[in-house]
Amino acid sequence: MEWQWDVLPQFAFNGLREGAVFAAVALALVLIFKATTLINFATGELAMLGAFLMYILNVEQGMWLWLSIVLAMLISAGIGAAVERALVRPFDPDDHLPVVLITLGLFLIVNAVAGDIWDYQLRPVNEPFGTFPSWAPSSQELKEVADGSISCVKVSSGNFVEATAGAADATTCELAGRTYWTILNANVDYRTLGTWVTLAVALAALFMVLGRTKAGLAFRAVSSSAESARLVGVNTGRTLGFGWALASVFGTLGAALVAPSLNGVNPNMMQFILIYALAGAALGGLDSLGGAIIGGIVVGLIKGVVVSWFFVQVMGWAFFSILQLATAFMLILVVLLFRPSGLFGTRRIERV
Amino acid sequence: MTEMMLKVEDLHARYGAVEVLRGLGFEVPDRSVVVILGANGAGKTTTLRALCNMCTTSGSILLEGEDISRAKTADIVRRGVAHVPQGRGTFPELSVMDNLRIGAYIRRDKEVNADIGRWFEIFPRLEERRDQLAGSLSGGEQQMLAVARALMCRPRLLLLDEPSLGLAPLIIEDLFERFIQLNKETGLTMLLVEQNANLALDMADYAYVIESGEIALHGPADQLKNDPAVQEAYLGA
Repeated sequence: MEWQWDVLPQFAFNGLREGAVFAAVALALVLIFKATTLINFATGELAMLGAFLMYILNVEQGMWLWLSIVLAMLISAGIGAAVERALVRPFDPDDHLPVVLITLGLFLIVNAVAGDIWDYQLRPVNEPFGTFPSWAPSSQELKEVADGSISCVKVSSGNFVEATAGAADATTCELAGRTYWTILNANVDYRTLGTWVTLAVALAALFMVLGRTKAGLAFRAVSSSAESARLVGVNTGRTLGFGWALASVFGTLGAALVAPSLNGVNPNMMQFILIYALAGAALGGLDSLGGAIIGGIVVGLIKGVVVSWFFVQVMGWAFFSILQLATAFMLILVVLLFRPSGLFGTRRIERV
Repeated sequence: MTEMMLKVEDLHARYGAVEVLRGLGFEVPDRSVVVILGANGAGKTTTLRALCNMCTTSGSILLEGEDISRAKTADIVRRGVAHVPQGRGTFPELSVMDNLRIGAYIRRDKEVNADIGRWFEIFPRLEERRDQLAGSLSGGEQQMLAVARALMCRPRLLLLDEPSLGLAPLIIEDLFERFIQLNKETGLTMLLVEQNANLALDMADYAYVIESGEIALHGPADQLKNDPAVQEAYLGA
């Protein structure tokens, strides 16, 4: 066994990038769970639909990529609210089984319909963070300033090839055809930074909406006690629809951000991610928004550092790379067994 | 004849197969305080829940002459009925300020903050705890918050479900004094459900006693207070 400390940072950064996507999808799960104590198994497929909307607007219609992403998020919000209105609200909110079955059915239907329309093949998408923005200082300048542990190499943008871990030299950079920072001997590319920054901005917006707007206050009130919320005049149905809309926004954002790393969109693209996100949400406590974010990131780190680095690289157990998903299931199992309220969830104690 | 805030006739309510209210009828005159007394399980809480359409009901419920028995809970609140449920009905995961803000959810005017300031004057303890989560307040403070939250929607009729439950006697007295003050100063109509008959009868103008979902007795509060049957059953005389 040989500790490969030099490549650890690379695995950690990769894990953190994936973790950001898991966090976004975990947030989508928690936004719905908080208000309804329901797991929406169609979260991933609704997000996939959002990614396809981005694909259609950007690749097929030629719309500016960021506008396509924002528009896809907004349309997804409408789809989420419509699903809540049509398929969830007619059922008794205290009886979870029918609605969980409906979300499972929705998962299958959306996947099959998407497969029928777009086939189960990868459709390449454009990279949102591929190139230096025009206002950034040129790479040469940055290199002189940093000189040493932090340097930056600028190369022309092009199709993305996953840079191999640890190989932080200009050659890899050229090969990858992408720009990245080298920190601690690891490639932190613009996609990683961009994913974090985008998620951070979206989270700030979410907490503004929940903390400062009347609709956000109503959502928190319904999550705290639906009956009390009705007694102050809140239309709980409409508020839950709002929660589904917010959840769809974050699911779509996660799917749009992860699509380039998956080399494109595809009807099955979100299925594994949903499992990791579920593990993240369970770890965070299912009803805590902050917990979902931290849980998602931790799951990304576990996947990158524990599984890919420790088990596969250090221990040399190559079979663990196919056990990644099982690790997520194990995590869900362990959390539910030993700490059902997760790290940050509310422990329900009721007076009877 | 005095204007009726609330007029209930032949009210039935059921949970599944169990009929809890069996043809209840009562009236709440405008600007008055009416109390409904009854033992555990008599149907007191259900009566208030039925008024807000929170259980399956039949019969007529007239709020200022308009039938609200088919209206949705949220719409009944919009018509000026505030309900402080048993167990207080605050939002434990929300701060005191947010609890008061959500109380004003149905309002569109700009005086919400002024109202919050007003209730802080009446309940100074709430102002001290404005940024704390409601779930971390003591029982008395939570009850004050629940009342202040209900008043934030500027109701014309306030429904109070056993506000004295679980509170220390001194705090109950203090709370009831504030209710009387509210009624005298603002003319707020109140319908109160209580087991604590002594204080409730002192405060109320008119009282009903329910047993097994039916009105067993009713009359002006001071008259009922001297009724031997009531004294025996509820006043421990």
